[in-house]
Amino acid sequence: MVAGAVDVLSWASLVGGGVFCVIGGVGLIRMPDFYTRTHAAGVTDTLGAGLLLLGLMLQAGLSLVTVKLVMLGLLIFFTSPTATHALARAAMVRGIKPLLRDGGQEPSKP
Amino acid sequence: MYALSSFLVLFGFWLLLSGYFTPFLVSMGAAAAIAVVALAHRMNVVDHEGHPVHLGWRVIGYWSWLGKEIAKSAWDVSKIIVNPRLPISPMLVRVKTTQKTTVGVVTYANSITLTPGTISVEVSNEEILVHALTRSSAKALLEGEMDRRVTHFEGAS
Repeated sequence: MVAGAVDVLSWASLVGGGVFCVIGGVGLIRMPDFYTRTHAAGVTDTLGAGLLLLGLMLQAGLSLVTVKLVMLGLLIFFTSPTATHALARAAMVRGIKPLLRDGGQEPSKP
Repeated sequence: MYALSSFLVLFGFWLLLSGYFTPFLVSMGAAAAIAVVALAHRMNVVDHEGHPVHLGWRVIGYWSWLGKEIAKSAWDVSKIIVNPRLPISPMLVRVKTTQKTTVGVVTYANSITLTPGTISVEVSNEEILVHALTRSSAKALLEGEMDRRVTHFEGAS
């Protein structure tokens, strides 16, 4: 009974994580410019990866595998914002102007 | 103090990743951990920035709050993405930082980037240039709750 409940929870978060990864990918295509695309990728990084890892942890139970999954989660937790910031800053330094306001219709100064 | 705790963390990391507990392999792991600490010491990175253990248990309170915020804003961004009209209003805002240490400012900037909908583009000691996906996400940031929480998390050290 308990095992069944854990299975249901775990599959719910696995499927949820997959859905958020797809949403992040769709956002990556739909967004109009570089900076807004990075926001969409953020959904995949955080909720997508997080829910997938959570689901896998529930599948693995209390074992070394779970500990390794926690470490993976921490790795993503620390590296993904650093990489995103590096990308955004590099784009800014190279002079890629972000589209601002009104659904990105009028480019104006920051 | 920092060297000792770095060693313990690295050795624990090695043990958990390997899963082998024979004396020979464990001593090799310990040797590897000592070597890494020695190299890091030569590079002058074993300090309060490279290995901020002094933050201690406050990390749990802050991370659980941050996790909740991340889930909320990821949900908001997902709704924007699947909305056919794509209701975004991107803007750049400057956010003041009240943290006293570099570790605090970095924590704040990373937290901003980690919550979907806001990205820290440029970081200095007094302020962070943030690209926000919508007006409301920028407004939420300017209210400064995250800033207060990071400053509290950073502590008086």
